[in-house]
Amino acid sequence: MEPTNQIRVQLPYHLRNLAQVGNEITLEVASPVSITTVLDALEARYPMLRGTIRDHGTLKRRPFLRFFACQEDLSLDPMDNPLPAAVTDGREPLLIIGAIAGG
Amino acid sequence: MSSVRVLVGTHKGAFVLTSDGKRNKWDVSGPHFAGWEIYHLKGSTVDPNRIYASQTSGWFGQVLQRSDDGGKTWHQPGVPAGQEPAPGPPQAVPNKFVYDQSPETGKPLTTHQFYDGSQHPWEFKRVWHLEPCLKNPDTVFAGVEDAAIFRSTDGGENWHELSGLRGHPTGPFWSPGAGGMCLHTIVIDPKNTDRMYVAISAAGAFRTDDGGQTWKPINKGLYSKYIPDPNAEVGHCVHRIALHPSKPDTLFMQKHWDVMRTDDAGDNWTKISGNLPTDFGFCIDVHAHEPETVYVVPIKSDSEHFPMDGALRVFRSKSGGNEWEALTNGLPQKDCYVNVLRDAMAVDKLDDCGIYFGTTGGQVYVSPNGGDKWQPIVENLPSVLSVEVQTLA
Repeated sequence: MEPTNQIRVQLPYHLRNLAQVGNEITLEVASPVSITTVLDALEARYPMLRGTIRDHGTLKRRPFLRFFACQEDLSLDPMDNPLPAAVTDGREPLLIIGAIAGG
Repeated sequence: MSSVRVLVGTHKGAFVLTSDGKRNKWDVSGPHFAGWEIYHLKGSTVDPNRIYASQTSGWFGQVLQRSDDGGKTWHQPGVPAGQEPAPGPPQAVPNKFVYDQSPETGKPLTTHQFYDGSQHPWEFKRVWHLEPCLKNPDTVFAGVEDAAIFRSTDGGENWHELSGLRGHPTGPFWSPGAGGMCLHTIVIDPKNTDRMYVAISAAGAFRTDDGGQTWKPINKGLYSKYIPDPNAEVGHCVHRIALHPSKPDTLFMQKHWDVMRTDDAGDNWTKISGNLPTDFGFCIDVHAHEPETVYVVPIKSDSEHFPMDGALRVFRSKSGGNEWEALTNGLPQKDCYVNVLRDAMAVDKLDDCGIYFGTTGGQVYVSPNGGDKWQPIVENLPSVLSVEVQTLA
């Protein structure tokens, strides 16, 4: 059986409202942990978020959303890359952030 | 006593305005979905407590919301927040609008004409308009950008494209207007619900007589001076279509320029702009009890989207067009530079028909007497995208 990890995720304001959750949630994610596997777990637990972070068809990140962890911008990295150890062991959260744009 | 419920979509949320039949005192609830663009909300005529809402965002894409209690509470159909998801694959994906390219039901549709004349892939952006079925509250149609029509038969939980529209041979020649290539108008014939009309900017108007399986362009008589061919089958920027339930073969149209009518279900159109000071505009609607009484809000031009001379005037024709009178009582007659968008006018069905419209300045006006006198219901909402009215028993 694959080991699982307790992954902390912080969502932007509007997605917290859609899912009716607080500032931070914790997801159980099997190894290896990547942005893709975290989003898979997030959408399975909170299906109302499907399509809001990545496109339904292409599964690509929406252009105005960014992924950060450990003070690094991971948005342009391949989404299947392993996340930093500090995220997989729960010391740091994965941040999903809405780009600062618009009015 | 009868009452009315006004559903207002704005750039920053939805609002529900309610009043008794006098329409003097109003309760305002909202913002619902605060911070999101609400392109359109509309209630079912079969079950008025059933309301659908299109919630969109440049950041988070499309969300579809539903209320089963007249707008008090909302949820995404099939995936209510706060409940553990059922095991197994999801049964409902209420915001998934995927163009049909299956060999069984659709043609392998690929591209449409883009601004520069090149061919461009169809890309879903948002739902502009929701039109509940006149018979079944669980069936609802969605007009989307890039232009297509979708149908849900399970209360908005899942959507399937009626691909015969986009599969029409003219599809590759459709091109976007300034607001994108959107299907923004869906009108169902109340006497024959297999007959529906849609309007697309900038392709034109289309009609189906078989419940959405096949469609034909109905643009004969439309003249658009930017199109060299006066008989062009598509390419027209239709802004809005309205009909009266008692005369469903008569349609009224606000085109980019020109106000038009047809008396043969769209086969032929005639210009009825008559004495309007300008016939550019977006919205158009018909009095609930007088099928030849029509309302428009003329806008100065396609380059200046505000009323002429800073005076907000609704124009009414009681003769089905050509002869129009300005309605100004209660509306600002100086320094007013708002717009009234295509889905932002509606009528109620009370004995003394009420007319409603919302502006890009955040005002929603009502005339409880067919347009003779107007009063603001609210004056400082975000920019209004849509107004719909429910007349409740």
